[in-house]
Amino acid sequence: MAEMAYWEAIRRAHDEEMANDPLVIAMGEDIGVAGGTYKATLGLYDKYGEERVIDTPISENSYTGIGIGASMVGMRPIIEIMSINFALLALDTLINAAAKIRYMSGGRVQCPIVMRTPGGTAHQLAAQHSARLARMFMSTSGLRVVTPRGPLDAYGMLKSAVRCNDPVIIIEHEQMYNLKEDIPDEEFFRPLEGAEVVREGSDITLIGYNYSVHLCLEAAKRLEADGINAEVLDLRALKPLDHDSIRKSVEKTHRVVIAEEDEAAVGVGAEIMAVINEECFFALDAQPVRVHAADVPVPYNARLEKAAIPSAEDVYHGALKVMGKI
Amino acid sequence: MNDADKKRLLREMIFYRRFEDRTFEAYMERKIGGFLHLYSGQEAVATGVLEKAVVGQGNKNDYVITGYRDHVHALKTGAPAKEVMAELYGKETGSSRGRGGSMHIFDPTQNFMGGYALVGQPFPLAAGLAMGCKHKKTNQIAICFLGDGANNQGTFHETMNMAKIWNLPVLFVCENNGYAIGTHIDRSTAVRDQYKRVAAYDMEASQHDGMDIDIVMEAAEKAIDFVRSGKGPYFLEFMTYRFRGHSMSDAKSYRTREEELEWEKRDPINIYSKRLIDAGLITQDDIKAMEREIDENMENEIIKFAEESPEPRVEDLTKYVLDDNPDPRWIGPLQK
Ligand SMILES: Cc1ncc(C[n+]2csc(CCOP(=O)(O)OP(=O)(O)O)c2C)c(N)n1
Ligand SMILES: [Mg+2]
Repeated sequence: MAEMAYWEAIRRAHDEEMANDPLVIAMGEDIGVAGGTYKATLGLYDKYGEERVIDTPISENSYTGIGIGASMVGMRPIIEIMSINFALLALDTLINAAAKIRYMSGGRVQCPIVMRTPGGTAHQLAAQHSARLARMFMSTSGLRVVTPRGPLDAYGMLKSAVRCNDPVIIIEHEQMYNLKEDIPDEEFFRPLEGAEVVREGSDITLIGYNYSVHLCLEAAKRLEADGINAEVLDLRALKPLDHDSIRKSVEKTHRVVIAEEDEAAVGVGAEIMAVINEECFFALDAQPVRVHAADVPVPYNARLEKAAIPSAEDVYHGALKVMGKI
Repeated sequence: MNDADKKRLLREMIFYRRFEDRTFEAYMERKIGGFLHLYSGQEAVATGVLEKAVVGQGNKNDYVITGYRDHVHALKTGAPAKEVMAELYGKETGSSRGRGGSMHIFDPTQNFMGGYALVGQPFPLAAGLAMGCKHKKTNQIAICFLGDGANNQGTFHETMNMAKIWNLPVLFVCENNGYAIGTHIDRSTAVRDQYKRVAAYDMEASQHDGMDIDIVMEAAEKAIDFVRSGKGPYFLEFMTYRFRGHSMSDAKSYRTREEELEWEKRDPINIYSKRLIDAGLITQDDIKAMEREIDENMENEIIKFAEESPEPRVEDLTKYVLDDNPDPRWIGPLQK
């Protein structure tokens, strides 16, 4: 066991997977000589060379397409997009190509790419650097979308993503790269499907993914002080979504708050509410609540930014509402 | 090239023309749906270029990728005609198991990596195929066929740049037929000569007549040698014309009958058959017999196979979305 930061865990997964298989390559802007905006590939350029740790020009759509083409002949590219906002430029190759090639070839060609990208708000980066596009990817057939909440999953899911035969989007978070966690020294894998109960509870379920899991955990602590025993469910994967774990938890606690950093409309929370409505409506004792971003482009001003984005406080208040305490 | 090869090439081009004509008929009978883009008039380009590449040899082939006007490229690369026709019929035995249709023919057993509907999207995919070949040191190259209109996409510029800086073994073949659907190149594009555009990326390029297969083969041989020898990407432009509309629903109101007749005089099949007749290699009667034999094969083998093949089962609707047999170690479920 050793304590490792989120970025170090990602770096370690790259290193091990590249050592394990010469067909694994990394590509993205500033990932080579410069070591990566978030240090996720630090030192790997020196270790594996410029043919395997590839500094790309600022051409998101086409270098993603090049990664996809390479994956079609057996390569395993890990593509870093500097910020999820810039992934919008790569949607054609990602969604129109990678997500559809297996299907439209009748299962004869696959695109095992990994796209890693940080989504979420950091500190005052303003509207064009604060997108959270999880909901867009989670509604695309043919993709896998995972949202590691900490170093353990960041490491283990990246390793699984490299080996899995489907295109996998890994959504990281600007505010989590320095988050630390103990992780085993020996190699391990974490599966790309399945939600996880990260705190057992009996009175209410707080559902989060990625960074919002931490908001839920913090809210759960405050609720405990109020005598409310909250369960926290980390979705881990948004696609495919683990309906069973959602249903199980709701059937146990009968109350739900969903915390998402995206805007609400057609979002992660909306999808989960639909699943609950369709699969365990009668298990509910109260109307579920979504805690989400305000319906605005993210503002620069710190006070406004704070108001636009959900906090642990908001999750706590959401839970009190569901519990009928406010 | 020996006499038998020349006759084979002529037969291939006639076969491709007949194949496309036959799909037109099947479309009119509503046996084929969706969009159908025919290649008639441009046969010398795909046939000539791929004649000089490694094709028809399974996974030893060079990698080939193109847009939606893809039947002939797939056939010349080695996809069985029966399977391509069955794909157009939407059958389970089709090249893409009936899931792709006319615009999405795939045959990875022959390294034909697909037809794509998004104009310009194959540029980066092709460069990626080439990157894979280079990385695996297989001596294969990637060949990307696209139209003149595709060059106005950002992917064109982005990909030319990366293909050049990474010295990728990729041949770009621009089939300049003068139109993007109904828009003439002069109205959409600042330069008519497409090969000049890659000068901005310091890439080797040349422009040739695309109606004469001998000229196409000569140019292709040089370009393919260049790319295969590791000198980097090459951009080949062929001046050509599509004889039919853009797709089935095209009234061709944007071009004149005179212009069409001018180009029809330069029909690649006529140019080549006349050359072989003049050289005494073949007679008009031989060609008639060849056409009869092609037509018989088309009906008795290809169309029959497509007609009689089963449709995909509705129970299989959700197959092929993700890996249908994933390794649980990577996928889950999560072990506690
Ligand atoms: C991204 C995108 N935009 C628009 C279209 C619609 N479209 C289909 S074919 C075409 C014209 C392409 O012309 P060109 O590249 O010259 O190829 P040609 O059809 O002449 O072979 C257009 C605009 C599309 N399929 N994809
Ligand atoms: Mg054109």
